[in-house]
Amino acid sequence: MQTSVTNQRSPAPGRAAATRMKQRRGRLAMLGERAIEALIHLCGYSAIIFVFGIFFFVFREGAPFLAKLKPGEFLFSIDWFPTSQTNAKYGVGALIVGTLSVTGLAMVIAVPFGLGAAVFVSEFCTGKTKETLKVVIELLAAIPSVVWGFIGLTVMAPIIIKTFHVPIGVNMFNGALLLALMSVPIMVSIGEDALKAVPDSFREAGIAMGATRWQLIWRVLLPAAKNGLLAAALLGVARAIGETMAVLMATGHSVRIPHSIFDPVRTLTATIAAELGETSKGSDHYQVLFLIGILLFSITFVVNLTADLIVKGIKQK
Amino acid sequence: MAQAHFTETPFVRKKQRAEVIAKCFFGGMAAAMVIPLLLIVGYIVVQGAPSLSWEFLTTNPRLGGIRGGIWSALVGTLYIVAISLCVSAPIGVLSAVYLNEYAKDNWFTRIVNLAVVNLAGVPSIVHGLFGLGAFVYAAGMGKSILSASLTLAIMTLPVIIASTKEALSAVPVSFREACWNVGASRWQTIRHIVLPNSISGILTGVILQVSRTAGETAPIMLTGVATFKMVQGTGLFLYNPVEDQCMALSMHLYYIATQANNAAPSLPYAIATVLLGVVLVVNATAIGVRAYLRSRKKW
Amino acid sequence: MSSQPKIEIQDLRLSYGVREVIHGISFAIREHEIFGIIGPAQSGKTSLLRCINRTIEFNPAATVSGTVEVDGENVQKVKNVYELRRKIGMVAPLPVGLPLSIYDNVAFAPRCAGMKSRSDLDGLVEKCLRQAALWDEVKDRLDSLGTKLSGGQQQRLTIARALSHQPEILCLDEFSIAIDPVTTMRIEDVLKELRKEMTIILVTNLTQQARRLADRTMFLWNGDIIELDTNDVIFGEHPKDQRTADYVLGIFG
Repeated sequence: MQTSVTNQRSPAPGRAAATRMKQRRGRLAMLGERAIEALIHLCGYSAIIFVFGIFFFVFREGAPFLAKLKPGEFLFSIDWFPTSQTNAKYGVGALIVGTLSVTGLAMVIAVPFGLGAAVFVSEFCTGKTKETLKVVIELLAAIPSVVWGFIGLTVMAPIIIKTFHVPIGVNMFNGALLLALMSVPIMVSIGEDALKAVPDSFREAGIAMGATRWQLIWRVLLPAAKNGLLAAALLGVARAIGETMAVLMATGHSVRIPHSIFDPVRTLTATIAAELGETSKGSDHYQVLFLIGILLFSITFVVNLTADLIVKGIKQK
Repeated sequence: MAQAHFTETPFVRKKQRAEVIAKCFFGGMAAAMVIPLLLIVGYIVVQGAPSLSWEFLTTNPRLGGIRGGIWSALVGTLYIVAISLCVSAPIGVLSAVYLNEYAKDNWFTRIVNLAVVNLAGVPSIVHGLFGLGAFVYAAGMGKSILSASLTLAIMTLPVIIASTKEALSAVPVSFREACWNVGASRWQTIRHIVLPNSISGILTGVILQVSRTAGETAPIMLTGVATFKMVQGTGLFLYNPVEDQCMALSMHLYYIATQANNAAPSLPYAIATVLLGVVLVVNATAIGVRAYLRSRKKW
Repeated sequence: MSSQPKIEIQDLRLSYGVREVIHGISFAIREHEIFGIIGPAQSGKTSLLRCINRTIEFNPAATVSGTVEVDGENVQKVKNVYELRRKIGMVAPLPVGLPLSIYDNVAFAPRCAGMKSRSDLDGLVEKCLRQAALWDEVKDRLDSLGTKLSGGQQQRLTIARALSHQPEILCLDEFSIAIDPVTTMRIEDVLKELRKEMTIILVTNLTQQARRLADRTMFLWNGDIIELDTNDVIFGEHPKDQRTADYVLGIFG
């Protein structure tokens, strides 16, 4: 059995090869490795550089106007007359309300449906169905926002006019519906992760005590996955607040406080997209639009940070 | 047949009914999100069908885009996708390598991770403002394909970082230890063992990045996309990326759907179909590649 | 036995965070001996090996004090750590076939060290696989994946890989934990051959294995050396420490 070991060992390489080996990996290779590792570190830090870069360059364009700006008036006034020759007014109050109302309405629709779908995928589906559904949801997440806007404009608007007998189809409800559909995929995938993280022993204990699936979901799973589901909802919110093209095309263009969900509104993002092209670099209007950018940056920063902290909290447990 | 049965008491029956109702309820919620969408996508394709043809794809648009095909928009999207891919793929992969292989578990790494999360969360229009401020004005590139591509490259970086990181961390630590034990350096280990075995995740990330880039509108609208521009000739270099602005599919759809009058009614549907087709095919490829490479897993 | 110690360890302390796992141990390993280390789980055996080839550095929580000298050279001060690691072959408890072909598994280390010539590599791969008693089983399928071999074969592949960089010291960390007795015996025969060429450190929790193979054996328990002596004493009638006797007889551990 050991013949192969004892008899046939070739005498050759031995120590000589070892010394040769030492010499082969030359200075150049070592230097190359040093260089690539430096590059890796640089790329590693790049995300920080870019985030600061975004803040810096957007702020830089908008900063000069800060001197002329009364923060209270900027944030709370609803007078947005940026193109007025004599008395231009830059109050983004109505835009903020527009963003919040569209986002809020979207979440009222998306949260129950998104989390319900997450429960369905995680708890009721198995094998093939689950894979298929996840693939479909992944594909839905890939639909570009401009296509969503187009759907809102050409498909949803006439339906809304017909169903609810309202004069304008491109309105807050239309935009909210689109945003809801857009944020569902991310909610499903994060929500499913959260539900997956609930130990099976919880489910087994629940079933052993005779709970119906219904009770199990309502009393055991949802409370146990509460934080993850909250994070899922928050990421949906962040996505909805930051969305541009869909709301630009589907919420109408009037800057005002909405009185019903079928009123057209304008959001912060849509305002930048719609008006920046018509401003000249360095004008007040131009600078204000960049300040709105900073405002958006800050809002999404806080929302994402919160969601991230919640997710981290779950992982540490 | 001496088979024991559980007697169905009314209580049990009620429980079973509750079970079915629960399944229908949650299934309905999923269906309510998915089915209308599939219908809408189908509707778009049907409406766009009359305009779709090979000629539609390969001829230049005319009369401000309302006649002719979408050739120059298609080419523009291709340019933007290719350039931003060349920038963000290497940076994204190396960045993930840093985070997964080199970064120590300390406050600095937490900040880097946080930055990645926030980079992904910044609204696309703000990325556009950044591109305008940084590339178009500060760097003096002007509104050009290059500015637009760089903006999108930074915007889609987190997509590549996230999926690469996941793929890297799926390679067992024991492989790395085995390599270190035989005197391989960190980089040699990464180069020969870790990267080749996480290629499926990296590829998925890259493909998803392509789909994201192809569909994005708001950032490039501010940094380098024109509403109408024809391309001449048939060579490979139809645009000059440093100088030219270009058309893009996504922007073309926005423009035709909102600004153009007198266009054939099926035109925007046809553009939307092409855009959807591009994005969905790319994504389906990603899913396919992932499944294929997973099935060939080496351990 | 030659007189100059191959490895000399002085007052080695190791802690992970605040938990100290090795409490200042000192001992020396002679050239060309098989040095057995026995002891229950969690007594610091694996950590000790990682201190010798400095892979302990990859654990950011670990802090090491004291000195480890290989051939009279302090490993903490070695400039080219990769060369140090090549001097030491390391075999982990669970077999690790790298996701490469069998050939590439063995050729990996020499290639990393800069060896490129195909014929040199061919010779080396064959020699190492023979030494690890694996050649006859795999010589016709050197291109198939190393990870697809059986556990015992993978462990021998791991040994072949450890031999591929011509180490002067071979550390085996509970190598038989995941393989069958027959393969274990084959590898033990291999080790008996290899001792002519190198120093072998055999960490094992099978006391009988240490008894069969080692010249001297050290009993490590909770990060302290309980006893270090020749096998005649450790496994004899009267080891100096009662705990050694108890452990060897299987009364605890």
